[in-house]
Amino acid sequence: MIRTAPQGPATRAELVELGSRALSIRLACLESLATLGVGHIGGAMSVVEALAVLYFRHLRIDTGNPKAPDRDLFVLSKGHAGPALYATLAEVGYIPRALLATLNKGGTSLPSHADRRLTPGVDMTTGSLGQGFSAAVGMALGLRMDGQRADGSARRCFALIGDGESDEGQIWEAAACAAHYKLDNLTAFTDANGFQIDGSTDEVQGLRDLSAKWEAFGWLSFTIEGHDLAALDAAILRAEAEKGRPTMIILRTIKAKGVPRLEGKVESHNAPFTMADFEASRAALLGQEAVHG
Amino acid sequence: MADKELRAVYAETLVALAAEDPAVCVVEADLARATGTGPFAKAYPDRFFNVGVAEANLVGVASGLSAVGKKPFAATFGCFASRRAFDQFFLSANYSGLKVTLVGTDPGVTAAYNGGTHMPLEDLALMRTIPGLVIVEPSDEVSLEAAVRLAWAHPGCVYLRLQRKSAPRRYPAGEGFAFGKAKILRGSEPADVALLALGALEVGEALKAADILAAEGVTAAVVDLFTLAPLDIPLVRGFAEHAKGIVTCENHRLSGGVGSAVAEVLAGMRKHAPLATIGVSAGSFGEVGTQDWLAEHFGLTAPHIAAAARKLLA
Repeated sequence: MIRTAPQGPATRAELVELGSRALSIRLACLESLATLGVGHIGGAMSVVEALAVLYFRHLRIDTGNPKAPDRDLFVLSKGHAGPALYATLAEVGYIPRALLATLNKGGTSLPSHADRRLTPGVDMTTGSLGQGFSAAVGMALGLRMDGQRADGSARRCFALIGDGESDEGQIWEAAACAAHYKLDNLTAFTDANGFQIDGSTDEVQGLRDLSAKWEAFGWLSFTIEGHDLAALDAAILRAEAEKGRPTMIILRTIKAKGVPRLEGKVESHNAPFTMADFEASRAALLGQEAVHG
Repeated sequence: MADKELRAVYAETLVALAAEDPAVCVVEADLARATGTGPFAKAYPDRFFNVGVAEANLVGVASGLSAVGKKPFAATFGCFASRRAFDQFFLSANYSGLKVTLVGTDPGVTAAYNGGTHMPLEDLALMRTIPGLVIVEPSDEVSLEAAVRLAWAHPGCVYLRLQRKSAPRRYPAGEGFAFGKAKILRGSEPADVALLALGALEVGEALKAADILAAEGVTAAVVDLFTLAPLDIPLVRGFAEHAKGIVTCENHRLSGGVGSAVAEVLAGMRKHAPLATIGVSAGSFGEVGTQDWLAEHFGLTAPHIAAAARKLLA
């Protein structure tokens, strides 16, 4: 059975629970990257809260069956954040937590970039930037062809793209298409962490006002703090209530959030990461939790 | 009765399949008028999507539709289906293990007045590098209908090379086809020479070449390859062992296409008949002109095929 839709905004207790999930995902992801010694840390850490709110509140999935036929779908179009998705899928229970230690090793089912053939719970293969977002538009069209669930709800597709990924022309082809077909069952996020491989997004290929662009393309679009669980929850509720157009939620995030040595730095995109780095991050994160918890 | 336009057969077959299977859908990129899928759009408007002039998104959307269990047929000119949307077809559709039929229309010199910019002479070569992809080019309306139905039933991706205009009927209605099984249209195995052709244009030219050769006392078997991938390797090997020469005939550049695929088979044989390849020379881009002028200009016509066969037998 897929989980029921949330009834209204998350309570304080639910937000605490989501915070604890996010922390667990962040630590599990960092540990897997430290075990490997290198990886896409920056863009994995910037999407953890969005993944936690989706997988532990808004995605209508069956935690006992990653292929439940009436589930909602999620496309991680910025496929290089695969390690964060895998940690999330382990937290959900789709894959064993011990599997995270096999990240990127020969024969693993957890490759650097998300792969639907290999990993239970991955709905689309991504990695060549821009492509996952088009697929998400196709999925949303296909879900609409099937009509509503027995309970009268629409099956939804969620997609997460990067701000660097937004340089791809295919993103804007898909953007126009989703608005043309009025895909209100499609909710997307842009992880606006402000950096891409060669520098800040402003330096490399400034896209200016992203939210205004999405609005101009016919989407509902607004910007929130991407690590704020309550803001994420409220934004998704707003998107689900929107009729006749898709929604793009711009997430203001911090690249490598939770890794003091790399936070907000361009070199965090694909960086060496040792067990000592992991221990330092864990101490910092658990320390913060002690203060806030 | 005049032969039907092949695009009309394509659309009619899709309409018939859609009646049988609610998962069948069509995705176009502002070339529905060229592909001729208007009847499908009219019959099944909720299963017809036009993404505009956006071929990357065409293939991406088709892949997404497949990911939720649909059976999309996406079409555009062959030049765009291959050169422009290659990474999308490679990754989002094929690598992802999904099921997308991508139709590339106006193959080779049939692009005619659209000219060199629009002339797909490398689509077969590109597509042949994708593991597991079926590449099919029918030669008439019967084999086209079979190809569309086989693509619908096939669990993976298919590249369908589709000439839009009519082609002479080669097969009786209801003829059975299978991916990987070529058809011997004329002659049989001990022939002097085997003409292995792909697609309506070259199957027609190979048949004409066989007439020319027959008048000279040379027996030529004519094979409609039907699929380039999988290639009918047992058939190719059989002719390579028993004929005195093999001529491949393709409406495509001579790099990476039919001639290359057959040469790869022969390279694995200790002893085989000599091979000649008919196609656009490896050093040439496409050009503009009538289809007939282009076929002659690039040496794709029956006299060129017959001359190549004669040279092998000399």
